[in-house]
Amino acid sequence: MPFWTWTGIKNGRANTQWPARGPDGQEGVLGMPRWQPERCVPDCQACADVCPTAAIHREDDGMSMDYGRCIVCQACVEACPQEAMLPSGDWAFAVRDRQDLHWQATLSSPAAKDLQNKVVGSLRRSLHIKHVDAGSCNGCESEIGALDNPFYNLHRLGIFFTPSPRFADLLLVTGPVTAPMRNPLLATWEAMPEPRMVLAVGACAVSGAPMDAGYAGGHGLDGVLPVDVWLPGCPPNPAALIHALLLLLERQPQRVEGGHYAD
Amino acid sequence: MRTSPFTPQLEVHEITADALESRAQDCLQQGMRFLMAWHDWEEDDVCVLRYLLSRPGNPQFLLWELRASQQIPSLAKLVPLLGWYEREMQELGGVEFLDHPEPYPLVIHEGYQLAAAPLGPQYSGESITGAYASPTMPEIANDQVQDLYWGPVRADFVETGEFHFSYIGEAILHYHPRLFYKHRGLEKRFQGMSAESAVFLAERVSGVGSACHALTYCQAVEAAWGIEVPWRAQLLRVIIVELERLYNHLHFFGLLAKTTTLKVGSATGLLLEERVKQLNGKLTGSRFLRGLFCVGGLRRDLAAEHLDGDLETFIYEADAYLQDLHDTATHLDRLMGTGVLPKQAAFDQGATGPVARASGLDRDLRRDHPYAAYHKLRFNVPVREKGDAMARAEVRAESLREALALIVQAAGRLKPGPVRADFAIPDGEQAGLGWAESPRGSLLYAVRIRAGKLQRVKIKSPSFSNWRVFPLTVHDTNLMDYAINEASFGLTIAGCDR
Repeated sequence: MPFWTWTGIKNGRANTQWPARGPDGQEGVLGMPRWQPERCVPDCQACADVCPTAAIHREDDGMSMDYGRCIVCQACVEACPQEAMLPSGDWAFAVRDRQDLHWQATLSSPAAKDLQNKVVGSLRRSLHIKHVDAGSCNGCESEIGALDNPFYNLHRLGIFFTPSPRFADLLLVTGPVTAPMRNPLLATWEAMPEPRMVLAVGACAVSGAPMDAGYAGGHGLDGVLPVDVWLPGCPPNPAALIHALLLLLERQPQRVEGGHYAD
Repeated sequence: MRTSPFTPQLEVHEITADALESRAQDCLQQGMRFLMAWHDWEEDDVCVLRYLLSRPGNPQFLLWELRASQQIPSLAKLVPLLGWYEREMQELGGVEFLDHPEPYPLVIHEGYQLAAAPLGPQYSGESITGAYASPTMPEIANDQVQDLYWGPVRADFVETGEFHFSYIGEAILHYHPRLFYKHRGLEKRFQGMSAESAVFLAERVSGVGSACHALTYCQAVEAAWGIEVPWRAQLLRVIIVELERLYNHLHFFGLLAKTTTLKVGSATGLLLEERVKQLNGKLTGSRFLRGLFCVGGLRRDLAAEHLDGDLETFIYEADAYLQDLHDTATHLDRLMGTGVLPKQAAFDQGATGPVARASGLDRDLRRDHPYAAYHKLRFNVPVREKGDAMARAEVRAESLREALALIVQAAGRLKPGPVRADFAIPDGEQAGLGWAESPRGSLLYAVRIRAGKLQRVKIKSPSFSNWRVFPLTVHDTNLMDYAINEASFGLTIAGCDR
């Protein structure tokens, strides 16, 4: 038997069955900070002062928080004198509605959410993805590439990458959309058959942070393409990517609503 | 004459535009190497050009400073590796070079414009505008010649870049990579930020180089402010960046085996990479080792004392994997003689890291210009002479084994202690240079700070150097070898584009 075939058989299966069962592979990986506003003291804005992307900032009626701009740097966790920003493993942050990444004190009714969760029936089974890098730091590409490694083995879920937009159901975009990438991105979208969907991956594609407001960097996909699922994170880990893809296919529930994370 | 803000750290020579070429000639004859060149508008009408050189056998770098308000002679004919630096300074810095041998756009593509150079004195917030136009290419006229424009959107999940091939059948006549689609203007973004808090941005220049970028940036600021980093932090810094080398090199072998169609060999490499990333996550909270470095040391202590135990079976498996690849004739056949980079070309064009060492250039910043804790650690610097894909793979394989040995060594020397130095942010102006031998080669940051705020940050990533070199190994080869050759260079595009 050829050596590598034998090696492969000898080593056996390496992949996890997550999320059905098995490990997600993210032990110890820090996610978005979890906010406990009841612990905040008046006039404290230590978190907003250190937040490098203005994900947290002070508004007239209190603090506002946009997880779409969070780059998971943990600076707010270190700066908070009240332990109101807690380190967490909240990384499965994919949402259908961009608004759900904004912190809301009170949540809207779940019934209203369910109505929005309609997915085109023809996409329930297999999914083909076309990836476009619109100016990422390559952290997202590294994690997207990891989906192909034997541990995550994305194919087991019936999800595949395709080189051509003609065969793609989903456009997966990373990066803030730099000036010269805007047209190639739109051309790729145009070349896709309908129904077609868009997944914004990483803080850059979700909000532009921390690459926005420069002479070259864009502001993410908002206003560029109709986004179906927003996945923040810097970068989102492979399990978060799997969760986002399954959310898109209605095979996993959304875990975040109004910035609140449900375990 | 005013003194350079780099004087406390580097040997600084003031030179004039007239003497530039003759001085460069002298330096080349003495075996010195230009490492990077950058501009800095210190005042609205005074631009300082800086050329950084390394001297054989001398751990201290040499810095030339040229104060100019007029056009500057291009050194690119004499020192080809400076070609890209000068073109970038022309496009982004508003500095003019006379008689540049490559008068083509580099960063701001044909068809795109910027009203004023963003790193120049006239800039007032304009953005890039324009529309796609074909790049300037040499004319190759023959009815058998075909042109392939590949990119910027390519297959799989690769980084964005556009690659132009002119070819006849299998034979590539000319190859031109058009990069900088991912240019995010990062050097400009640093300006005005507080030097202490900008580490997060350095981590996002190149994701798979997060740790080395953060380390190098911090070292530049620490040099500027004269901060002594505690010993425990220095050792932990070595562990962190060697973990980065480890997962990057394993990724390299996974991809290389993919291009030689060794499926199980590829899967094994990528699985080992994943295991290192998971180890990173457990140890530090970040698979990319982000959020650890700060000016003065580390943001928090890491329990890395038992890493040698955690890595025990891993070391055996990684070693067996490399050996298995090395015993696979079909794999090696595709690497031998592929994409040869001669030593002289590697030196002249600025090759760095494993690519340079595979072409016989015995250079490694960790050994030649020690930083962090490397002067107290033992490691070998692998060098090969042939300059082909095989040599590049061999250098990386040995370097991967050395990385594992370095992690074990550094972990064994850890003693309890502080990981962060106390310091006060000084008033006035300071400047500093940081450097590191990243998995892909030399990474440099030069910073100038005034009252705690960054005035100018220059980033030189290893892929900026190696992308310039890479096309030389593609011209006159064949299309079947291209993917293997590209994988054997192990380039990133984000680091190059910034």
